Parts: sequence; structure tokens; C-alpha cells
Amino acid sequence: MKSNKSSNFITKYLSSISKYLATIMPALLWMVIFFVIPLLFIVVVSFSTRGDVGNIVYKFTLQNYIKLLNPLYINIFFKSILIALYTTVLCLLIGYPFAFIIANSNKKFKPLLLLLIILPFWTNSLVRTYAMIVLLRTEGIINTLLLHFHIINVPLNLMYNNFAVMIGMLYMMFPFMVLPLYTSIEKLDKRILDAASDLGAGPISKFLKITLPLTKGGIVSGSILVFIPTLGLFFVTDLMGGSKVILMSNLIKNQFLTARDWPFGSAISVILILIMISVILFSSRVPGAKGTKEVL
Amino acid sequence: MTKNVFVQLLNISKSFDQDEAIIKNLDLDIRQGEFLTLLGPSGCGKTTTLRMIAGFELPTSGKIVIDGEDITTKPPYLRCVNTVFQNYALFPHMNIYDNIAFGLKMKKMTKLEIKNKVNEMLKMVQLEGFENRMPSKLSGGQMQRVAIARAIVNSPKVLLLDEPLGALDLKLRKQMQLELKHLQKILGITFVFVTHDQEEALTMSDRIVVMNNGNIEQTGTPEELYEHPKTKFVANFLGETNILEGEVFKIKADEVLLKLCDEEDIIRIPNHNYKLCDKFMVSVRPERIRIKEKAEEGDVWLQCELKEKIYVGSNIKMVMILKNGKEIIVNEPIGQNFIFSDELKNCFVTWNPNHTIVIKE
Repeated sequence: MKSNKSSNFITKYLSSISKYLATIMPALLWMVIFFVIPLLFIVVVSFSTRGDVGNIVYKFTLQNYIKLLNPLYINIFFKSILIALYTTVLCLLIGYPFAFIIANSNKKFKPLLLLLIILPFWTNSLVRTYAMIVLLRTEGIINTLLLHFHIINVPLNLMYNNFAVMIGMLYMMFPFMVLPLYTSIEKLDKRILDAASDLGAGPISKFLKITLPLTKGGIVSGSILVFIPTLGLFFVTDLMGGSKVILMSNLIKNQFLTARDWPFGSAISVILILIMISVILFSSRVPGAKGTKEVL
Repeated sequence: MTKNVFVQLLNISKSFDQDEAIIKNLDLDIRQGEFLTLLGPSGCGKTTTLRMIAGFELPTSGKIVIDGEDITTKPPYLRCVNTVFQNYALFPHMNIYDNIAFGLKMKKMTKLEIKNKVNEMLKMVQLEGFENRMPSKLSGGQMQRVAIARAIVNSPKVLLLDEPLGALDLKLRKQMQLELKHLQKILGITFVFVTHDQEEALTMSDRIVVMNNGNIEQTGTPEELYEHPKTKFVANFLGETNILEGEVFKIKADEVLLKLCDEEDIIRIPNHNYKLCDKFMVSVRPERIRIKEKAEEGDVWLQCELKEKIYVGSNIKMVMILKNGKEIIVNEPIGQNFIFSDELKNCFVTWNPNHTIVIKE
């Protein structure tokens, strides 16, 4: 009798599990096919050997990772992280006032201003990068104008350096910074700001003690949304930096497409993924940055 | 308590954008150390008035003077007033100690001074030991206390309270009303309190300002307003009342007779140069009226019949119908009347003429 009861319970339990599985199955299948398997493939390949014709020989080796210890590559790693960091900080410094102004602007204009931020996104990013090139190159619009008005005598070197890459990244990633910032500033309770003024906080202390800490969530999520893709945007590095700037992203691209060294490219990818994961883990520990998880 | 005028609003008007004015030519004197309540329905401009005193809104025209100083255009952080906000507006990222200390830190006081003052405040609002709690971990009543402490720790010249008790449940609200009143007496600070709850206003205030549509309807002590409302609005807003309309039909030396329905239903009021056929409104509080079976001399007598009887605990609310079809509400004490059958016809409502309040429209 008792065993009958418990077996009954187990059947019920199993049926509820199978129902549960049935509902998440499509998503699960999707994740396995398009995420887990490719990722495992990359990891496996990163421990394999490159064949003579660029094929993959599945023979275990650590050679790809050892190769990365070469100062040349370590240098590239640091430079990539640094450029991503600079881009993020620049985005934040420009984006915060931007978001602040939009959030505090007249209700009538808010949608329009937001639209103007998002609008460029409806254009292909490659095309937008070319537009930046048209602006920045030696015979580009900026140099032509400056020369025309005799502000400079020799064209400025605006392209094919770290600066150009950063400008390109900044342009590409800007909305990802502004939108989370806008959301968090918009959500701020105006009465809390009133309370701060009421208690004697002038505009500057009000901003530093209340607004900034209360929008930390937006700052952290915006920063992550900019920092992480910036590490991987290889075409901006390629187009704006030319052959002079090599970052992790186009290093990976070159290994896969030009050098046909998939195992080595995979090893760099694995390292890049590890860097990104550690950034996300670190940022989720920032106190008060509750909004981060929602955005991610 | 001195009766000096401490805060003065002079001919204040306020309109947002191009809309109609929310406050119209408002003049208000607030005395030092008094508990003044701005009372009115939502949208009457009471909160806007308070926000102008605090400095969050600038008046479109007019002048605000506090303690002899014109502060009309001073930003809020330079004013010597503090506010207790509706829903408290505590800083969610600071603990209770830092919330209360915020104003003192802005004044650049020393750490020791701040510590002493904050501790004193925590004691006063009975929140000792809560220093390190975050606001989200407090109950509504506790948040309310923190909000009050955060404001009065700065020793403001005027404390502004914007419906601070609105979010509390009834029992807690009653308790906080008494505590606030008590606090105000101890501190001697001028309190300006905004509420739409007439009972709250009557309980707490030294004086009440009844506002409607951006205008002041009447200013006075709770008793004055309750016993002698000057307008229909005030009579209706403060407590329950019966408004009756009548017409002068006989003038005597010191009194006039108002005719309600016909010449049997008459209300006598003191004569102030009234003319024949002048139309009048009078207000009578339900608790002043009694129901009797037979008419006697002296008092006001109106014939009526029972429409509805509602038991409300402390008394019985009787809805009576007059001959002209108008309802009149009577609050009868429980257990002393013999006529409380469900069928009451041809009886009378009666009251002492002293309780008839003549009001203007």
C-alpha cells in the first residue's frame, strides 16, 4: 500500500517534470544547437593542432595557449582592453550629460531625442563606419574644412591609428551607453532630488551625493554593454585602424580567415570569452548596481 | 506663543505653462510657532502653496517673506525651511543615520556635532538602534519618523509637511497625529501641514486654512471653522452638515423668518439688514438636531418623515425627508429615544436656533 503510494507520487513527479521539460524544450534546443555546441567546438579546437593545409587535426596540445604567452600577443591583449576601457569611459563621459539632458527635457521632445539616438542604428554598421572614414581621412571632410579656413596647413592624421579606432568604436557603441543611462536617470524619483535640495544640497552636491549613486545601475550596465562588444568589433578596428592597429578582435579574425589557423584563433577566442565573463562577474558585485542584471 | 506674523504670502499667483492659474492672488499670514493646516480637496492648490514656500516652485507673481526676509526667488537649498514629503522620499542608498545626517553634512558641521544631533533625534522619534538599517527595511511608520527626524534635525524656522500621514493605516495615523502635535509643542517650530483629511486638520491644528480652487475660503481655529463656517464649501468640507435653502418672508425687529417649504416650516435667524425675498442658505450640523414627535415653542421645528436609519456605532444616523423633498441628516445618540421604529411619519426635526449657521454661497 505504502509503496504503491510512493510510486504514485513518483509517477506524478515525473509527469510534472516532463511537462516542465516540454515547455522549455524549444528554448533548450535552441541554446544547445546555437550556443553550447559551437562553444564546445571552439574549446575543443583550441586544444587541437593545425594541419598542414589549415585543417584541424584533433590531437591534444597546449601549444596554442603557450603561443599566447608571447609578449607580442600579451601586448595586444592589454592594448585591446585599454582601448575598450578608453572607449567605455569616453562613452560614459559624453553619454551621461546626454542622457541627463534627454531625461530632463520637455516631455514633447523626449521621444524625438531618443529617436535621434537610435536612428543611426537602422543603418548598416559597416556603412556607418565608412561614413566615419569619409569624415576623418586625409582628404576627408574635417581636414578639407580645416584646410579651407586655414586653421591648419597640413592635413591632420585622423585615420589609421588608435584614436581613429576609438572614435569608430565610440560612434558605434554610443547608444548602448545612453539608453541604460537614460532609463536609470528617468526612473529617479524627483521627490528624492527635491528632498536633497530641501536639506541644503546645492546642484553639485545633489548630483554627486544623490543622482550619481542612484544611477549607478545605469552606469554599470551601460559600461558593460559598451566594453564587451568593443572587445569584439573587428571590422571597426580593421577599417579605422588599417593594418597598423591589431587588437584581439581582428587578430581572431585573421587567424580564422587569413592564416587559417583555427586552433590558435579558437584559443584567443576562449581567452576573450574568459575576459568577458570575468568583467560581468566583477560588475555584478558592484554594490547598488541592481539594474545591471536586468540589462544583461 | 507669540502671535507675530512669521511667514507671509503676499498676493501669490501661480500658473503652470499657459494653463489657468492654480493659485489666485493668495494672501496668507502664518504666525510664529503655530500649527497651521492647509486643508482642501485634491487640486485646490494646497500642495503647490507648500512647494512655493519650500522653493520647489516659483510663484508667477507675488512675494514670500519668512522672518522678515524676502525669499521669493531663493533656491530651496538656501532656505531655512525643511519639508517632510508625501511618501517620505528617504534616500534609498543611505542608511537611517546618513539620511538624518544629510542636512547637517551639507551645513559642514563637525562629525561629533552631527553624531550628537542625530542620536538626539533618533531618541526623540524612538528609533534608537536603527542607525544602520536601510530605508527599504523599515515599516511605513518608521520611515515616517525618519522623514520627520531628517527634517527637524536641521532646526528649520518652518517645517512643511506635505500630507505626511496619507500612506499610513488609520490607527497608526491617529497615533502619529498626536505625536506630531506633541513634537510641535516641544520644539516650538512653526508647522505648515497640508492635508485633505478634515478630521486630521481639526485634531492637529491651531489654525486651519480651507482652500478651494486656488483661493482661501476661510481661515480660523478648528472651532471657528466648524461652528461658524462662512461658506457652503467650508460647511460641507469640515464634518458633515445639512445645507438648507430658504427665502426671507417676514422681517421682525431683531430677526427674520426664513421660509423653507411653506409657512409652517420656518427658520429664524438674526436680522442683519435683510430684505424681503432675500435667498439664504443655512447649515445645521447633524449632531445638533433631534427628532421629536410633537412641536414645541422656541426651537426650530421642521416636519419630516424617516427615509433611512444607519447604525454607525457611536450613534444612529437618521436620514429624514422634509416636506420639500430635501434630505436632512440627524445623528441621534443611541439608546435614549423612543421613536426609533422603522416607520416614522409626521414627526419633527428640531434644534436650538443658536446652531443655525447662515452662510453665503
